[in-house]
Amino acid sequence: MNASGAREHVAVLRSLEGDARADRLLADAHALGIEALRAVRCAELVFVRGAALDDVAPLLDDPLLVDVQEERADSIVGGVVVETALHPGVTDSVAAALVRGAGRLGVGPVEAATGRRFELVGDLAVDDVERLATRLLANPVIERCRIGRVDPPWEGATAAACVERISISALADEGLLAVSAERGLALDLAEMRAVRDWFAGQGREPTDVELEMIAQTWSEHCSHKTFRATIAVGGRGAVAPLLRQLRDCTERIAAPWVRSAFDGNAGVIGFDSDWDLALKAETHNHPSAVEPFGGANTGVGGVVRDVLGVSARPIAVTDVLCFGPTDAAPEDVPDGVLHPRLVRAGVIAGVADYGNKLGLPTVAGAIVHDLGYTANPLVFCGCVGLLPAGTRHDGPHPGDRVVVIGGRTGRDGIRGATFSSMAMDASTGEVAGASVQIGDPVVEKGVIEVVVAARERGLYSAITDCGAGGLSSAVGEMGERVGAEVELEQVPRKYAGLAPWEVWLSEAQERMVLAVPPVSLGALRELCRRHEVELADIGAFTGHGRIVVRDGGEVVLDLEGRFLHDGRPPRTLVAVTPSVPAPSHSGRGGVEPAAALLSLLAHPSVRSNADVVRGYDHEILGATVGRPSAGAADDGPADAAVLRPAGLGSSAGAAVGIGVNARYGMFDAYRMAWAVVDEAIRNVVAVGADPARVALLDNFSWGDPGDPQVLGALVTAVEGCVAAAEAHHAPYVSGKDSLHNVYATPAGERRSVPPTLVITALGRLPDVAQLVGSDLLHAGDAVYLVGATHDELRGSHLDLVLGIDGPGDVPAPDEGAPTRYRRLHRAMRDGLVAACHDLSEGGLAVAAAEMAIAGRLGLDLAVSGDPLVALFSESLGRFLVEVRPEHVDAFQAALGGEATAIGTVRAEPRLRAAVAGVTHIDLPLGDLLRAWQGHVAGSGASGHEGET
Amino acid sequence: MRPALRPVPAVVLAAPGTNRDGDVASALRLAGADPTVLHLADLRDRRAALRRARLVVVAGGFSFADALGSGRLFALELAAAAGDELRRLIDLGRPVLGICNGFQVLVRAGILPGLGIDQAVALGHNRNGRFECRWVSLLPVSDRCVWTAGLTEPVECPVAHGEGRFTADDDTVAKLRANDQIALVYGAGDRPAAGMYPANPNGSEADVAGICDPSGVVLGLMPHPENHVHPTQHPRWRRGRAAGSGVPLLANGIHHAEEA
Repeated sequence: MNASGAREHVAVLRSLEGDARADRLLADAHALGIEALRAVRCAELVFVRGAALDDVAPLLDDPLLVDVQEERADSIVGGVVVETALHPGVTDSVAAALVRGAGRLGVGPVEAATGRRFELVGDLAVDDVERLATRLLANPVIERCRIGRVDPPWEGATAAACVERISISALADEGLLAVSAERGLALDLAEMRAVRDWFAGQGREPTDVELEMIAQTWSEHCSHKTFRATIAVGGRGAVAPLLRQLRDCTERIAAPWVRSAFDGNAGVIGFDSDWDLALKAETHNHPSAVEPFGGANTGVGGVVRDVLGVSARPIAVTDVLCFGPTDAAPEDVPDGVLHPRLVRAGVIAGVADYGNKLGLPTVAGAIVHDLGYTANPLVFCGCVGLLPAGTRHDGPHPGDRVVVIGGRTGRDGIRGATFSSMAMDASTGEVAGASVQIGDPVVEKGVIEVVVAARERGLYSAITDCGAGGLSSAVGEMGERVGAEVELEQVPRKYAGLAPWEVWLSEAQERMVLAVPPVSLGALRELCRRHEVELADIGAFTGHGRIVVRDGGEVVLDLEGRFLHDGRPPRTLVAVTPSVPAPSHSGRGGVEPAAALLSLLAHPSVRSNADVVRGYDHEILGATVGRPSAGAADDGPADAAVLRPAGLGSSAGAAVGIGVNARYGMFDAYRMAWAVVDEAIRNVVAVGADPARVALLDNFSWGDPGDPQVLGALVTAVEGCVAAAEAHHAPYVSGKDSLHNVYATPAGERRSVPPTLVITALGRLPDVAQLVGSDLLHAGDAVYLVGATHDELRGSHLDLVLGIDGPGDVPAPDEGAPTRYRRLHRAMRDGLVAACHDLSEGGLAVAAAEMAIAGRLGLDLAVSGDPLVALFSESLGRFLVEVRPEHVDAFQAALGGEATAIGTVRAEPRLRAAVAGVTHIDLPLGDLLRAWQGHVAGSGASGHEGET
Repeated sequence: MRPALRPVPAVVLAAPGTNRDGDVASALRLAGADPTVLHLADLRDRRAALRRARLVVVAGGFSFADALGSGRLFALELAAAAGDELRRLIDLGRPVLGICNGFQVLVRAGILPGLGIDQAVALGHNRNGRFECRWVSLLPVSDRCVWTAGLTEPVECPVAHGEGRFTADDDTVAKLRANDQIALVYGAGDRPAAGMYPANPNGSEADVAGICDPSGVVLGLMPHPENHVHPTQHPRWRRGRAAGSGVPLLANGIHHAEEA
């Protein structure tokens, strides 16, 4: 019996099938060094009150698959029981379904909650059990765990918290900084002074709601203060704000097909006469570090809402993931940091879960492993959307209603924006608990359908998503000029007890805010009813230019839109241009190319991702005509994904390519940026996209901008971005920066992530019939190397697998690349190219191996020069191209001397490569394939999620 | 496919979390039907639309996020809102198709396999414990099933599920085989996959990818023929493997609907 007096029942559900989860847990435990664990048995717990289990049996029984018991023991012989339950308020779709199903059965009303039970068999020390419980079985951020039986997370009665006023008018600098620190506002002194002075001008003290809203609005995450700052670079004077440099670049390129750049939630470009495409990429680094599944899950959900926020129907998802080594020894993983193996598994599962349930194909991406990402994994999620050409919304207008649709508001994701703007340390997982957002993709699916239908019927005048900063940010931005009044009591809650500032700031997922003319409200409600989406009318846009928030009638926030959005004192930052560090090794003596190639193919940043790709539904919507894995056995690495966004009635295609490099940035951020832009464009050109119509997204994940060296690298990276984009005439249409990707060690050392830039390229194929793959097609075809190879092995993946920092240059900008890409594209349109693959990580040798693997054919190559340079240099602007014998002359003529014949496709499944007449690689395809699938010992390629 | 004078009215059923309703509607249109997507929330008020339908598809996705087991809540809601209407359509011989989650719904609702035994079959977790999206080849093996009767070529199309392992005891499989209710099996070339991964992608008993009811008008299958209705949808279309082989199966059902 419990406080409410209702009898509580528990159903213990055990799978009658093989339990793959138990197998994975066992493997993960052994990887953590807990060898004493011999077996794991898992069960699901379903707690019900208000009905007997017999009454809800039709909701639980599954005689062929599940054994249902009505009780459970506290302990087991020969082991330990650990049970977990979600914290109250954490989204629990099983409990919600049980409540709904019981209602349909005419039972109840019932309350339901769920948990998990783990029976750990083995002679385990107390310490082992604790580590298992906190590292593998439960994530304390969202779950409680107990040794023995856990109590279900029933909602307790919670007193409603009320608004608080904070006296700051009399505070001097020290006091202001103390308030900022105590409340986790992450505002600096100049900003706190501006806040104090504004309220002094109003003749009153701020409420907590107001302080929190200002902190969110002015956070790095929301206001991009580093990218908007004036930066004084040592020896060079001030440079223009970075964001302006990127915008100016787009304006100078002046591509007529750019519809909207750096304005609103996503960039928009023209696709054909009927349709435009929207695109956006976001990072979700901090949340993914503390709760990988939920962080990545909501990373996808968030970027999809960005695209929905420009009224586009989302049609595809991308993901670029950066992790530490999955075979890191447990003692090498810093305190408070999840093991990279768990981060990787959780993040990939989180991306898959959201995209798959939302019904969007996840089509393009990359996975990068580097030591520098151990404490700060990076998760970049992107989305492409489709909208009718010329879609415009000119609201909000005074009188329009402020309407929230989608999920309910809870304590999840509180202060996410400020959390994302702070460094991580050993305690981050605990203090950031409330910052983690929990996804519910089925709710977002309904929201998409409602928004698209509402757009078609013209039911709203403006729309934005509830992302970082929640309602505060969404309503604040929409009402920046026109003003808005909101009543918090009207906001649907997940549970009682939320303080007004929590409701206003919550980053609870799956919510959109719409400005709806009163006359259209009824029609919107009807759409919401059809798709089972909750709608709340929480206020009105006014015309008075202020944001006013009430809670039960009492004014808890009254701020001028202008102050919120323009009142932040601009920053001036100091940067130092970093110099290229001297290499620590003088040479690469004794390297055996064939062995190096196998190590490269097996490296987790290069090897097959086919197993990951197959965990994502990349077929849904039926528009994916160029897959991330393709070729004779559907497992070859494609350079870019190709969609038919406008449906089967239109032959035009959209290609999505990614550029990312974790290595070059540590040596030369300018060249890294140029290289990454070039790679993204090269990838879409390789599949047949027209290089004259490529749009770009920039996503920076960087360290602490307060460190002049780190900031200096950022400045040069932006300059590299601008230079490369201008050379290629490829405009940026949107971007995002995530700074403060730093881990502060207990000893006080601050470790930044490797400077990481992800460029997403969206290209256009005039006709998908001209799509080109990376898989070799016909024995006897000629193979050409397009572009020039230089001694550019610094930062190469060869050095990565050799474990050295050898001499040479980081690949230099290739000013000849744009002309070369146009020539190659012309040859493709003339049907002269059978297959094409870009050269990037691992250079010519890896590209050749991948084409052979993709086509399950052999390849004979002969090149000149230094063997390691010829085979492994990562010089930019290069492709390996297969050409049918009858097209050889025309192809060479089309490439204007930039194509060198270097070999022939062979039926015999073997890769041979000779340099200057000496054969350096002679390997059967089977060996390449095994390495590439991760089955090579001693390569650092552990973490076998791959197929066996 | 033969051209119909007036396209057959078809209904595609969707619940919260259904996400291939649009793909199914496009594919049906291409195969010669006139589809309408009908949402669960509208079902009670729009029973007439269901009544007029000559063909019904329960589309795939993650209805209710698969909570309480895939398809369970959708089946319960469907039975409550329009169970009698659906039964009447089946009794009239109008073809019904459940794809992926829709197959799970028809099993949970007791419509498949329709042997009069509660939960005689189930769709369990894939043997490897993971959601998997990959292309498979399906051999049409039933002449009883109106959707597969007369098909001679394999149907190539993707699977995309985590819970699709057809599970039944030996007696039930024998009964289904005797009744010619096993409609589609996973194939490797022109032979059944014989349980071998990945041709049989999920470890299904007897390679079963799809079954029909005793009358042959209701088909449930895990793979997605609606995602292969055009040659460029095939992953090896550039390598000469292209057919749009999902169309004949859908057209078969539509053709039957014209007659029924």
